[in-house]
Amino acid sequence: MKSNKRLLLGDEALALGAINAGLSGAYAYPGTPSTEVLEFVQSHPVTKERNIHSHWSSNEKTAVEEALGMSFCGKRAIVSMKHVGVNVAADPFVNSAMTGANGGLLVIAADDPSMHSSQNEQDSRFYADFAMIPVLEPSNQQEAYDMARYGFELSEKAGIPVMVRLVTRLSHSRAVVEFDDTPLPENKLHYPASPKQWVLMPAISRQRNKRLIEDYMNLQKDSDNSPFNFYKDASDKSLGIVVSGIAWNYLQELYPEGIPFPVVKISQYPIPTQLLNRLFDECKSILVLEEGQPVIEKKLRGELNSTPRKIYGKLTGEVVRTGELTPDEVAKAMKVIKGKECGFETTEPKGESQITRPRPPALCQGCGHRDVYKALNETLENYESPKVFGDIGCYTLGFLSPFNAIDTCVDMGASITMAKGAADAGQHPAVAIIGDSTFTHSGMTGLLDAINENSPITVIISDNLTTGMTGGQDSQGTGKLEDICLGLGADPKHMRTIDSLPKNVEEMKKLFKEEIDYKGLSVIISRRECIQTARRHASAKK
Amino acid sequence: MKTDIVLAGVGGQGILSIATILGTAALDENLHIKQAEVHGMSQRGGDVQSNLRISDAPIASDLIPIGGADLIVSLEPMEAMRYLPYLKPNGWIVTNTMPFVNIENYPTEEEMASELARHNNVVAFDMDKMAKDLGSPRSSNMVLLGAASPFIQIGAEEIEDGIRKVFGAKGEKIVESNIAAFRAGREFAQNLKKDN
Repeated sequence: MKSNKRLLLGDEALALGAINAGLSGAYAYPGTPSTEVLEFVQSHPVTKERNIHSHWSSNEKTAVEEALGMSFCGKRAIVSMKHVGVNVAADPFVNSAMTGANGGLLVIAADDPSMHSSQNEQDSRFYADFAMIPVLEPSNQQEAYDMARYGFELSEKAGIPVMVRLVTRLSHSRAVVEFDDTPLPENKLHYPASPKQWVLMPAISRQRNKRLIEDYMNLQKDSDNSPFNFYKDASDKSLGIVVSGIAWNYLQELYPEGIPFPVVKISQYPIPTQLLNRLFDECKSILVLEEGQPVIEKKLRGELNSTPRKIYGKLTGEVVRTGELTPDEVAKAMKVIKGKECGFETTEPKGESQITRPRPPALCQGCGHRDVYKALNETLENYESPKVFGDIGCYTLGFLSPFNAIDTCVDMGASITMAKGAADAGQHPAVAIIGDSTFTHSGMTGLLDAINENSPITVIISDNLTTGMTGGQDSQGTGKLEDICLGLGADPKHMRTIDSLPKNVEEMKKLFKEEIDYKGLSVIISRRECIQTARRHASAKK
Repeated sequence: MKTDIVLAGVGGQGILSIATILGTAALDENLHIKQAEVHGMSQRGGDVQSNLRISDAPIASDLIPIGGADLIVSLEPMEAMRYLPYLKPNGWIVTNTMPFVNIENYPTEEEMASELARHNNVVAFDMDKMAKDLGSPRSSNMVLLGAASPFIQIGAEEIEDGIRKVFGAKGEKIVESNIAAFRAGREFAQNLKKDN
């Protein structure tokens, strides 16, 4: 019975749906726009009552494996990450299609079209497609809530993990969500019916792969009958529209009185072929509207563009190819295709103001990264062509004025390994700068490579005791960084620690110079609590 | 009944509390709400905006179309101007005039004043000063909410209930000072609206 309602973000709606569907464990590494899924689970009273697992994991790979372990034991688990986190988790994610799931397992991937807070626009549906894992793609917050339970049931029925694909505009948008009065009981611990399948040795995998392919064909039938996919008929058959996820909302926004063209709305994959065949049979041409990359469009079009119907979309340019969809972008596409017959009118908007200027984000006043960059810049002035390899976090803002301090930023942990590769090529000074949470996420293994070869690089771990960029989640290495580096084999003589405070800038410069001049591997930990979490801790004490 | 609002400001100024309060009030009135906001990188001194849509009928899109907003509500004058193309031809701009200068090429006072003067339907005043004069310098966002409230189809009492709910945990004193700021902003805007 749903007699409650609450204003929830898409992330939160999905988390609440999972809790109310008998969740036993939530796993995640923070990443915009996915962070609020685990944060919501952590803050919910049922989590405490039932002792639902809700700690942060070291990275997305460990998170998926932990969730898969819980699924192996028959319990329901979710694991959430941003889209690029799926790259990190790709190994267990793709192989979890081979093991299958026992307890319901939802892998939540939050894509970030328009790159509001990301380095690329990759579309997680591609991963699910080649792994042969079904996808649920909610178009609104209520669907996000409802899909948690539906997804667990699908996962358990089909014996496979289910991806739930979110996008920024759903993850970070609130709406009223109706939710159940009481949470379902958790699953009891029980083991997989076919335990062999969980040991992915070649002989077993070959058998399992046949079954997986068969199952995937059956999942297609599920998609045709899914409550989240449908065919909506209309009289004007000159155009049929295939619309997925939140693109559905923008299309409805354009036609408050009803859409004059037939529509197939998709929120469950593999794509529903019966519904789509009907649309192709009945309509003269087809428009594909999807948030992200042209995943559905490519399937419909085929690589040889041999379909008998004209297909409009991102690949032919009627729909914007990069950046997120908006009501305006969908309106533009409809106008390009249907001209005056598009069925709606738009008014000429006010012109842009000439006085506005960009206001980029900046490191906070009182942030320790500032002092590190000041000291580092002043130290490196004395070298001919220093290179600084950056990483993912608040300190990436060191690229911008006034610091202009880093030369690269690629993916989690790449600072250390790229500095090593550059040193291998003869670069000196090669400095890596990485935050504490990014270091334990993906920096430690790279540091081991550098230690094993005593690479002449200087690794600065700018430790703010938190995962700062995403709002201050626990960092897995807090209090352990020196031990981790020494344990990996760092030379204690070149393992230095300093508090990154304005009064220490001169001392930091001296220390940086000494270690850059040392022709071997050094690790410098510069430490100061994030100003945001420090403020929060101070007001909590009051 | 439908009100589409673009809320604007600089990270940390408190536009999201305005959205939360209006959302709470609208929920209590059994209205439909969609509120898209920006998290993550933009929190650090960058521009932030939120699209807030309130209606008695279901709302499809989380985003307001260009030329669709009834109101731009901003804690910062340059940020109010950033979203002009989203405003309806007869829409209102309600903005704080106190600039938040954290960039080198921020427009001059004259540029800003003449830009605001170009538009009809503007409620613009120094909300930081009003909040300070009331003895609660941190409540300029509630002055702004008050100033915007005559243009939003939710009753003042319901919004005040929203303020009580959202700030309740911080104690009666904080609630009262925020409500006082809300009322002062509302009164100012109502007088201005009458004159127009």
